[in-house]
Amino acid sequence: MSRFSKIISATAFAALISSSMLAGSAIASDTIKVGVLHSLSGTMAISETTLKDAMLMLIEEQNKKGGVLGKQLEPVVVDPASDWPLFAEKAKELLAVHKVSAVFGNWTSVSRKSVLPVFEELNGILFYPVQYEGEESQRNVFYTGAAPNQQAIPAVDYLLENEEVERWVLAGTDYVYPRTTNKILAAYLKAKGVSEEDIMINYTPFGHSDWQTIVSDIKAFGSAGKKTAVVSTINGDANVPFYKELGNQGISAEDIPVVAFSVGEEELAGLDTEPLVGHLAAWNYFQSVDTPANAQFIKTWRGFVKDEGRVTNDPMEAHYIGFNMWVKAVEKAGTTDQDAVIDALIGVSVPNLSGGYSTMMPNHHITKPVLIGEIQADGQFEIVDETDGLVAGDAWSDFLPDSAQLISDWRKPLSCGNFNVSSKTCGGTEGK
Amino acid sequence: MITRLLQIAATTLWLLVALSYQTTIAAPANASTSELRQHINALATGKIKDKPRRIEALAQLGSNKAIAALNALIEGRLYSDKASTQVFMKHGDHFVDPLSLTAVNTTSKLKKVKANNKVRRIARAAIARLTLKSPNSEQRLQAVEVMFKAADHKLLPLIDEALEFEKEQEVKQKLLEIRAAITLQNKHASKEAQLEAIGQLRQMGSQQALGKLQAFINNSGASAAALKAADLAIKAIEKSQAIWGVFQNIWYGLSLGSVLLLAAIGLAITFGVMGIINMAHGEMVMLGAYTTFVVQEVIRTSFPGLFEYSLLIALPLAFLVAGAVGFAMERSIIRFLYGRPLETLLATWGVSLVLQQAIRSIFGPTNKEVGNPEWMSGAFELGGLMLTYNRLWILAFSLIVFAGILLVLNRSHFGLQMRAVTQNRRMAASMGIKTPWVDAFTFALGSGIAGIAGVALSQIANVSPNLGQSYIIDSFMVVVFGGVGNLWGTLVGAMSLGVANKFLEPYAGAVLAKILTLVVIILFIQKKPRGLFAQKGRAVEA
Repeated sequence: MSRFSKIISATAFAALISSSMLAGSAIASDTIKVGVLHSLSGTMAISETTLKDAMLMLIEEQNKKGGVLGKQLEPVVVDPASDWPLFAEKAKELLAVHKVSAVFGNWTSVSRKSVLPVFEELNGILFYPVQYEGEESQRNVFYTGAAPNQQAIPAVDYLLENEEVERWVLAGTDYVYPRTTNKILAAYLKAKGVSEEDIMINYTPFGHSDWQTIVSDIKAFGSAGKKTAVVSTINGDANVPFYKELGNQGISAEDIPVVAFSVGEEELAGLDTEPLVGHLAAWNYFQSVDTPANAQFIKTWRGFVKDEGRVTNDPMEAHYIGFNMWVKAVEKAGTTDQDAVIDALIGVSVPNLSGGYSTMMPNHHITKPVLIGEIQADGQFEIVDETDGLVAGDAWSDFLPDSAQLISDWRKPLSCGNFNVSSKTCGGTEGK
Repeated sequence: MITRLLQIAATTLWLLVALSYQTTIAAPANASTSELRQHINALATGKIKDKPRRIEALAQLGSNKAIAALNALIEGRLYSDKASTQVFMKHGDHFVDPLSLTAVNTTSKLKKVKANNKVRRIARAAIARLTLKSPNSEQRLQAVEVMFKAADHKLLPLIDEALEFEKEQEVKQKLLEIRAAITLQNKHASKEAQLEAIGQLRQMGSQQALGKLQAFINNSGASAAALKAADLAIKAIEKSQAIWGVFQNIWYGLSLGSVLLLAAIGLAITFGVMGIINMAHGEMVMLGAYTTFVVQEVIRTSFPGLFEYSLLIALPLAFLVAGAVGFAMERSIIRFLYGRPLETLLATWGVSLVLQQAIRSIFGPTNKEVGNPEWMSGAFELGGLMLTYNRLWILAFSLIVFAGILLVLNRSHFGLQMRAVTQNRRMAASMGIKTPWVDAFTFALGSGIAGIAGVALSQIANVSPNLGQSYIIDSFMVVVFGGVGNLWGTLVGAMSLGVANKFLEPYAGAVLAKILTLVVIILFIQKKPRGLFAQKGRAVEA
């Protein structure tokens, strides 16, 4: 090849690149990008892949309705592969490279903690759809999952009132969410007059599979002549062998009920639920909720994934609420500019799937009903109790001495995630 | 004699008290059908909180005909018609009348009658009261088991009545125990009655008895003598339970050990005998578990009658599937990397990721339901031991697999060739053994064994693409601890790690027990780098 033709081809190549880049930016200005930050591989893929699909469905549905501000939405899906530091990198990629207007993502608390500095630095918006331990309120994060007072506390209240439980086993996986939740619950139970010796706290490693000893310990603990219940914050895969062992050792829900905060329809799908009938779960949504909105949601979901047997679950509803809130806030602000949307989000109210409205509170948590469900033989939940009204998420638990004095309010002029009401100062370690 | 008289006097006295408290427990025998129907229909009305009262009212009628409806309520088969307020029972795919049990045709939309744990518990107790005089001794035994849990002074007249008629020794014994439990709840019972009741429960010696005794100490202001007797009884029961607890721990340890053995036994061949660091070993286990899932799916859709045999059908298939994948792996990747352990490690790790993602793409990321056949569910008691069937079968199965492999290695022609190749490859080759094929088939054998381990593990673990990862570390731990290249070492290593772990767990907690076990292994390997059963002689250097 002569030197001349080389130059020509190089120029042509450069022209090609620049024209394709131009085309790319032309498309970009016509759409609004929405980031989806859920693990599609690794250990958390089991839970998070569903949420990615739910987001794609919500975006598709919104586009059918004409998009937002007259523009189509464009999902940008990245795979942080259940790797916590990678979550931060991928979040950075979404915000800095793809310039997404909002991100929906994360499951575990540790992954959320790892992306917090990124969202703060690049001023992004994150919707976090999973129940978590609370004790956090960050300007760039909107918590659409349940705080402890929207799940754990009402569940314990149900057992206290309806089952007259006197002895408590708090069993959890050994990481931040169960530890904080159990700390809150232990403080709450003691305030209710339960003595120290009637509370047994037990932690197990991630993916724990041999439950023989612990289940027989629970059985022994439950035979002290007082009604006993297990409050389970056991996470992910460890639940299946736990429930199997309970069934095999003959512990029925009528003897020792287990109320779980991480077991939903999706987890039960991998389980023969016959021996589990009667065990409980507390969520803000169940697939069995009997409302027209929910029936429509389930129908759309099944059509989207082309699987008539697919189930829906609570974090999916959280994304449904969060996404609709974001859409409404963007329309209210008239722009996707982050600062404007963050301010516009507070006070936005959208229908949830259980027949009411959820509102974004000034502390970036939302109002939700709390439902208590019993596991049925078909892997669904039967709702046996429901809070009278909506419960507003409390970022800082009132039952922990460190956080009882703290409140969060992101409205001006306070604009503070952890305002101490007794010292009248804003500060501390979390969320500035 | 005098104590006996006193006891009778106390009982009569108490009977009177109980009777005045609760007017009738032995209810009119002939409740009219319309009355029954009215009460059964009432079960569907009102809130869940009202249901215990409605069940009690129904049970008061004392009619055996109410049992079917109560059972249906417990099992969630009771449906109500909103318009006519009629209640029906679901039976298979049609509805029947709760009293006549004849099929009914309803066109209206039926709603399930809700029940929660408390409602079910109360319904069960009501059924127990109604079946206490059933001619079927099996039913009576079931009734007294339930009644012991819900022992209540209101039951006393019923128990006494039943005691008079009861001939079956087992049921009679249980009735006496219920009576003892009730006596302990009664603050006004005489000291003698209490002491006798305590003796009764002490003899019973179970965890349930312990619970009743503990409740006695917690609640009542009983006499010092009775409290002391109760305390002694608790200590005695606790002591005997502590002894049983040691055996129970050994059992738990062995069953954990059998799981470790199953997971590691394939690796003992690929890593132990052949020296290949196979990071995809866990995925072979996973393939076996997914094979079980597929087999059960096919059975469910096409041959529902074969479900009980699904695991037996899955075993050879899992062996073939995992073995075939192993064979392909050896031929296409590993054989080019012999003698390069680091590259082998990386390559097999890559394969493990590929297999995981492949399964995730084919079957989806969520858990798959693998059912337990009837013969693998439940538990039985042996003295103070609680043995679950699935663990028992897995222990037996792991030993059978182990024996099978020993047999293949030491008694078969292929085993001879395999040992020859690992001991001295060049010599074996010069004797006419096709060493590359022996390598391939040995690796396939190790993978196939991992596959059938997957069939067993699908019964206790969850079947997801991550299944293999949770076992890979444990497997290497066992093989290294037991001594590389020695099958007996793997067996002893797995069992001792299991038992050690289970004895540590009650004291240190599950998290710390696992860490401690790892620390112990690290220290042990420092001291004896070749593991428990080190291979000796020239083979070591080869």
